[in-house]
Amino acid sequence: MNEDVAVIGVGWAGFRPATPEVSYKEMMYQAAVKAYDDAGVDPRKDVDSFITVAEDFIEGTSIFDEYVPDQLGAALKPVHTIGGDGLHGIATAVMLIKTGQAEIVVVEGHSKASNVLTLPHIVAYAQDPILNRPLNWETDFVAGLEMNRYLYESGTTLEQCAMVVMKNRRNALRNPLAPYGADLTLDEAMGGDPIAWPLLDRHTARHADGAIVMVLASERRAETLSPNPVWVTGVGWCNGAASLESREWGFIPYVRSAAEMAYSQAGIGQPRLDLDFVEVDDVYAYKELQTLEALGICRLGEAGGLTEEGATEVFGEIPVNPSGGSQGMGDMLDANGLARALEVVLQLRGEAGMHQLEEVEVGLAQSWRGVPSTSSAVAVFQV
Amino acid sequence: MGMRKVAVVGAGMTRFVRRAQETPKELAWQAAKMALESCEMTLDDVGAVCMGTAPDSFDGVHMKAEYLSDGAGAWGKPYMRSYVGGGTGVFAPIQGWYHVASGMFDVALVVCEEKMSSFYPHAQAAFLTIFDHTTERPLKPNLLWIFALEMNRYMQTYGLSKEDIARVAVKNKRNAADHPCALLGDADITVEDVLNSEMLAWPVNRLDVSPVSDGAVALVLAAEHVAKRVTDKPVWFQGVGWNLDTAYWANRDLAYPRYVEYAARMAYEMAGIKEPRKEIHIVEPYDPFDYKECHHLEGLLLADRGQAPQLVADGVTLRDGNMPVCPSGGLLGVGNPIAAAGLMKVAELFWQLRGEAGARQVPGQPKRGLAQAWGDLMQVGTVVILGTNP
Repeated sequence: MNEDVAVIGVGWAGFRPATPEVSYKEMMYQAAVKAYDDAGVDPRKDVDSFITVAEDFIEGTSIFDEYVPDQLGAALKPVHTIGGDGLHGIATAVMLIKTGQAEIVVVEGHSKASNVLTLPHIVAYAQDPILNRPLNWETDFVAGLEMNRYLYESGTTLEQCAMVVMKNRRNALRNPLAPYGADLTLDEAMGGDPIAWPLLDRHTARHADGAIVMVLASERRAETLSPNPVWVTGVGWCNGAASLESREWGFIPYVRSAAEMAYSQAGIGQPRLDLDFVEVDDVYAYKELQTLEALGICRLGEAGGLTEEGATEVFGEIPVNPSGGSQGMGDMLDANGLARALEVVLQLRGEAGMHQLEEVEVGLAQSWRGVPSTSSAVAVFQV
Repeated sequence: MGMRKVAVVGAGMTRFVRRAQETPKELAWQAAKMALESCEMTLDDVGAVCMGTAPDSFDGVHMKAEYLSDGAGAWGKPYMRSYVGGGTGVFAPIQGWYHVASGMFDVALVVCEEKMSSFYPHAQAAFLTIFDHTTERPLKPNLLWIFALEMNRYMQTYGLSKEDIARVAVKNKRNAADHPCALLGDADITVEDVLNSEMLAWPVNRLDVSPVSDGAVALVLAAEHVAKRVTDKPVWFQGVGWNLDTAYWANRDLAYPRYVEYAARMAYEMAGIKEPRKEIHIVEPYDPFDYKECHHLEGLLLADRGQAPQLVADGVTLRDGNMPVCPSGGLLGVGNPIAAAGLMKVAELFWQLRGEAGARQVPGQPKRGLAQAWGDLMQVGTVVILGTNP
């Protein structure tokens, strides 16, 4: 019991603004086949349990769990859905393996955002039905309010948020999985109308389709199956205040709690020194800065300055979102956490190609479930 | 097994009603508070919260678990929602089990909430969206249709009559007359009442099926060292199992739930159970329809195929029979707020195994019980085995 857990296989498909030639099932199948091949496992014989992450309204299907087993090779096997982000799925796989009752567990997450014609309407259904939804606002207003308070409390500037967009979309140019690579000037990154002041349109990630499958294994199986296991040394997750009326706005304590949980498992005392690079939520550009502070990589109000100095660039002291993040790879809804984790795994294996970082051994992935939630998860990976 | 032992140490439950005045958050909190108070704990003692709640379309709330989180006591805590359709109510305690068994947490609060009355005019319409968008939805099927198909197939395969099956509804609604939270308890109901109730979709009459309801149930799970400190009567997890079949339900043999058998075998193996019929003392199988109780007893290997209705006719499954089945009153009697109804079954085992079930108490000091739920497109089985020994 309580043995170590490693990622021994990853597979992916899509990563484009739209994928009209495949259904979500076909995309999941493509990703699953790659992951099983990478791990050297047969889903019918070797895998003990399957986890998918999904939300019904996004899928346009109630009880989406019904439609996942076949394309994963999981029919008549233990399968369950987590209504959470992909990193919640990773945490669940880690727990299942640590019980000693499962040795190989598969986690799947996907986005078929291009199929959703009325995404803002659907997300509005996540607002409190009694207190907030009757105001009839698109849910981005929550991000606008939070960003405004964050800029005020931390002294961060709009330009520093724009630099996050410039950095991440520039990083994306070297990542073949990222559809939104661009070399923007500061003027361009400050362009576009505010969608919920001070949140600019250009500081908000565009959506992308994609599917990601990961195979996790116990220490015993990982060591025989995989030449290059990536160990999941810490997982943490936390929810903050559910209602808008009772939450803190400048600081995100639930990300801090999730990180502390993961750090204590992974034995990380000084995140800035102990982590070689991080992949964090940047669906809204200010979130990258707010999150770096909550993760303890710097103090409140310092993340903007770090970005301006270039410390978070791929060549900097602590690279942040070398993949391009959601700004560069697209907002993949509840697959965002797996997209961040995929980059961490590829970097740690030395398989990141043109955007490979040098000498990295410890990486962190973090995700947030988007407005209006206060749900975040963190995972620390190590070779 | 070097596995970490996990016990249920507290339980709470709201009344199951047709139309609750409380918001979903309030229902969740009522159950959570009762469960914590039953073992003299507070939220400060809780390491993580596990939520079970079925389709978001009932409440019309996207990311329903995020909305419910503060009601479930998850503010500032690790919190996750697991989801396997109708099987969720028995899956959520499995989720709680792996939170604690993994060594990650010492105490987990499991909350299941459902408010189906928000759907206007009737929650049945929400179920149209569970079907395949291309091949099935254009036919506008509803759940009653496909379960009527399954019930018909079950009756046809084994030569069963509607009377054989109606006895299950009678037993469960009579049992529920002793449950203080029940919506449909009726001590005087007869087989004729069931057969004469309005026909919904042949062979399903209105009293063959459980009603839509509102309600919430919560359990407190604890690791061995905590459980022994807070209670003299911990009820231990002995086995868990779950299994999901293909989405293509129309290709399945509807007479036998193989996925329930696989889930049961997983749980029996973990519990070290070789002869389930001798070793399980109380059964709470999922009974949203009366035929499902029989179907599931067979899938659980507790009755031979096609023979479960005979057990009911012989009185074996009565509360004072050899193998009491649904002593709570089940979904047919207590009500069916989907996820909460499943967790109600696990809560019933907890109360029965502690000897705290009051008028519902099964005689003979039962030592081990099994709860099971089922869901998706006649597709998923979830099983929990609890016992008085770790």
